[in-house]
Amino acid sequence: MSGQRLVSVTVNGEPRSALAEPRTLLVDFIRHGLGLTGTHVGCEQGGCGACTVLLDGELALACCTLAVQADGATLQTVEGLAPAPDRLHPLQRAFQAEHGLQCGYCTPGMLIAADDLLRRTPDPTEAEIRSHLSGNVCRCTGYTGIVAAVQTAARNLRVQAAETGGVAAS
Amino acid sequence: MKPAPFAYIAAGTADEAVAALAAAGDDAVVLAGGQSLVPLLNLRLARPSLVVDIGRIAGLGEIHANGVLTLGALTRQAQALRSPEVAQRAPLLAEALRHMGHAATRARGTVGGSVAHADPAGELPAVLLALDGDVVLRGPGGAERVLPAADFFQGPFQTARRQDELLVGLRLPAAPSGLRWGFHEIARRQGDFAIAGAAVTVAPGGHARIALFGVAPAAFRATEAEAALAAGAPPAEVAALAAAASSPQDDIHATAAYRRTAVAVAVERALAQAGADHR
Repeated sequence: MSGQRLVSVTVNGEPRSALAEPRTLLVDFIRHGLGLTGTHVGCEQGGCGACTVLLDGELALACCTLAVQADGATLQTVEGLAPAPDRLHPLQRAFQAEHGLQCGYCTPGMLIAADDLLRRTPDPTEAEIRSHLSGNVCRCTGYTGIVAAVQTAARNLRVQAAETGGVAAS
Repeated sequence: MKPAPFAYIAAGTADEAVAALAAAGDDAVVLAGGQSLVPLLNLRLARPSLVVDIGRIAGLGEIHANGVLTLGALTRQAQALRSPEVAQRAPLLAEALRHMGHAATRARGTVGGSVAHADPAGELPAVLLALDGDVVLRGPGGAERVLPAADFFQGPFQTARRQDELLVGLRLPAAPSGLRWGFHEIARRQGDFAIAGAAVTVAPGGHARIALFGVAPAAFRATEAEAALAAGAPPAEVAALAAAASSPQDDIHATAAYRRTAVAVAVERALAQAGADHR
């Protein structure tokens, strides 16, 4: 019962499988089993948010989730944000433009949490942004650039949605 | 760190989970959302021989509002927070959920897991006490026990759940007519566990509940303060009685003296929110 078992997920739209022990954390499964190293390992106790991913469309801390819990689930990691290899997501462009990162360690988790917010709340207040990102710790920026980046991305996504007359692309 | 090895069972039904717990040693643990357990596994503060995953049990994460508001143990905290039934029937619960952790932990964390974990600084035990809630436990042979919250919480991370029982749901009775509520929590940062907190309900006819968290080995009702409140005592006096009934300890977050002061402030603010501060 504690041996390895096959864990199958759909990650960023692609079906993938790899072996994992029951004790393997989802974040280690994503990085080592699936080879997607964009998701970062931070505190391993739910305090920093660096490992944030989407699990079946909901935020999840991949360090506080066992890989076996995600068997059969749909995952989105930071690698799934950009629409094409040479085109960044509006959130990624805004983080760059607004200096929403310095060392970049927290950025994958910040981007996933911010994307989750903007899909639910396209025009968030500053308080809503700070509240939704409260579980994501950044030791470089002091958060000002991050909040500005989310505001800029929200604006750009709304403009984009108005121009295409449909739902904002993500 | 990473978890030590353990055996793992993904239970298909509540009875399967109960059978696995009954057959296992005393150190088997239940995994629901994992937002308390997995950090403990990572830190190796918990080294169970067996983890029983109840996350795939169908029907255990549903909210039903009849005479009684029932939340299945697997109801995610975020799901409860978005639920119109919870907002309408138990706004005190909704308010407390906003103070619990962060968006990502609420998305995975369950209401049953938070109650079963029984952190003395957790919000939900106090909310259950303030709303006269019950905890539903399922044991061998499908036998269910319904325990009032006051009988369930026994100490820090200690509850009346037997090793071969599974917490399957929470029940909140219909509120007395005219019920008003207040909730106040003092914490260093949003999402932190409380340094001190209070959940209160008042209703005409002498109903008064003052449940405190973060200031004793387990959440508890300050019954002398409740009696004073029902008798029309001023808020400062009620708050002082509540603080006197608490038994906080020094830790890295706050001294016992600070917690005692903070809980009095929390009670006064919760009473003000409930409109019970001027009579």
